[in-house]
Amino acid sequence: MAQMTMIQAITDAMRTELKNDENVLVFGEDVGQNGGVFRATEGLQDEFGEDRVFDTPLAESGIGGLSIGLATQDYRPVPEIQFFGFVYEVMDSISGQMARMRYRSGGTQTMPITIRSPFGGGVHTPELHADSLEGLIAQQPGIKVVIPSTPYDAKGLLIQSIRDNDPVVFLEHMKLYRSFRGEVPEEEYTIELGKAEVKREGKDVTLIAYGAMVHASLKAAEELEKDGIDAEVIDLRTVSPIDIDTIIESVKKTNHVVVVQEAQRQAGIAANIVAEIQERAILHLEAPVLRVAAPDTVYAFSEAEEIWLPNHKDIIEKVNTVMNF
Amino acid sequence: MKHVLKSVESQFEMFQILDEDGKIVNKDDMPDLSDEDLKELMRRMVYTRILDQRSIALNRQGRLGFYAPTAGQEASQLGSQFALDQDDFILPGYRDVPQLIWQGLPLYQAFLFSRGHFHGNQMPENVHALSPQIIIGAQYVQAAGVALGMKKRGKKTVAITYTGDGGTSQGDFYEGINFAGAYQAPAIFIVQNNRFAISVPVEKQTNAKTLAQKSVAAGIEGIQVDGMDVLAVYAATKDARERAINGEGPTLIETMTYRYGPHTMAGDDPTRYRTDDLDSEWEKKDPLVRFRKFLEDKKLWSEDEENKVIEEAKDDIKKAIKEADQYPKQKVTDLIENMFEELPSNLQEQMEEYKEKESK
Repeated sequence: MAQMTMIQAITDAMRTELKNDENVLVFGEDVGQNGGVFRATEGLQDEFGEDRVFDTPLAESGIGGLSIGLATQDYRPVPEIQFFGFVYEVMDSISGQMARMRYRSGGTQTMPITIRSPFGGGVHTPELHADSLEGLIAQQPGIKVVIPSTPYDAKGLLIQSIRDNDPVVFLEHMKLYRSFRGEVPEEEYTIELGKAEVKREGKDVTLIAYGAMVHASLKAAEELEKDGIDAEVIDLRTVSPIDIDTIIESVKKTNHVVVVQEAQRQAGIAANIVAEIQERAILHLEAPVLRVAAPDTVYAFSEAEEIWLPNHKDIIEKVNTVMNF
Repeated sequence: MKHVLKSVESQFEMFQILDEDGKIVNKDDMPDLSDEDLKELMRRMVYTRILDQRSIALNRQGRLGFYAPTAGQEASQLGSQFALDQDDFILPGYRDVPQLIWQGLPLYQAFLFSRGHFHGNQMPENVHALSPQIIIGAQYVQAAGVALGMKKRGKKTVAITYTGDGGTSQGDFYEGINFAGAYQAPAIFIVQNNRFAISVPVEKQTNAKTLAQKSVAAGIEGIQVDGMDVLAVYAATKDARERAINGEGPTLIETMTYRYGPHTMAGDDPTRYRTDDLDSEWEKKDPLVRFRKFLEDKKLWSEDEENKVIEEAKDDIKKAIKEADQYPKQKVTDLIENMFEELPSNLQEQMEEYKEKESK
């Protein structure tokens, strides 16, 4: 075991797969000699050469097309989109093309592509760097969306994403990159996609979260414990597809649910979870399922992040509403 | 101050080998094709013209679905395809079904593509291609990736892709040629300039005098070719292919061509935006007419031979449409099956649901 930050765990996962599979290619804007704007690919070009880890021209759509073309030649592309706010430039390649390729070719052409991209607020980035846009991709059939919240999960999920023979969007929360260290095995391991994890067991209320909101939920759970409320915290880890079984099992136990996301209320994936719960477990609910989400405005100007982003206090407030319904 | 526009434009004079009367006007660039090759080219062009006529008729009878007419573009489409090897990779646009057919896609599958059946897109193993791209420009960025992959694999093959004149206005068009240029990847980018993007004439796409000169923005070779001259298109593509596999990077080829029919069979009416004068001007340039004259002068082609090809084409088309009719209908479970290697939980659930429905 080693103590790693999430970004180190991500680099370690890419190094593992570059070593394991000569078809793995890592590319994007400044990922080569520079090692990435967050150092996620640091040292990889020196270790594996420019043929495996390389820079691209500054054009997200071109990077998407490059990935698709390389996949037709049996490569396993791991492209990076520098910030996920720039996904709009490459929406067609992701949602219009690679997500559909296996289907449109009747299974004769596969797209084992993993798109890595940072997102997430709380670090005062300039415009269109921090936006939570996972909801857009989660609506596209043919692609999985993975969002880790710990160094351990990040490594296991990224290795599994790279090995998956269908496209995966792997979103890395910038605030979690270096905010804490965690135990990460040095050897390779995988975590199944589409599987949530109960990060804290509880019996009174279920908090369903992902990304930075997992930590906000854990913090809220700690404070709620002082008030005698025992919260269970589920980290989705994959936001498309959703691990329904883990959610429903928890709902049946606690009978109270709050879904927590950093995205605006009209965005993200919380509404989908609420819908699944009401279809499958309405008779187990003692209160409506409530959501914690950001206001339905454009992502905050950086000085306004603190008053705008959802935090543990918002979660506690919603839990109290649900418990006192 | 130096103004260079005129001097740039002068670099892109149209490349031609055969004039409208079927006479060789450029002996130096005459491609090295055997008599058999020349006859085969003619055979394919005639066949494809018949395929277009029959496809339009079948579409009108409701026996085909989406169809983008190809008449007029035979030299551009087939001359370029003829220069390829079996291991080259084609990224066609929606009008480029003939290239796939001559690369080996069975005719009945091309018809299934038109109707909207997934089997139409299941390329046979020896056909390295994607199915026709509907998103204009997407095939260009993807071609850059295919070509880079070939270069990395050390293959002596190329990626070839096609778009129209309107498609040169897309961002992906520029990104595709620029990426291929930056990586010196073995790609051939063909722009089939048939002068109209649905109803919009090429003059409204750009102020550039040629589309070939757009290659300058990527720092790659560009050439404008008479797209009604099958020998010129073949020679230009062959040359681009040679340079590509020798590591000299991509080429942009603009073929000056024309579509005699509508944009697609989905209700487009060319009389709303095209004049009879323009139509008849381009009919004089018909690629079949001039190549027929050329071959007849060389005693390589006769009316009998042409009629034989026509009958063969009609016969093949009849059989293929029957084969398409007989192909099993699609089921929702087929569509679910083709989404992922391993179905995620939501699709597993829906698979069960539809299996149940389909069993009733």
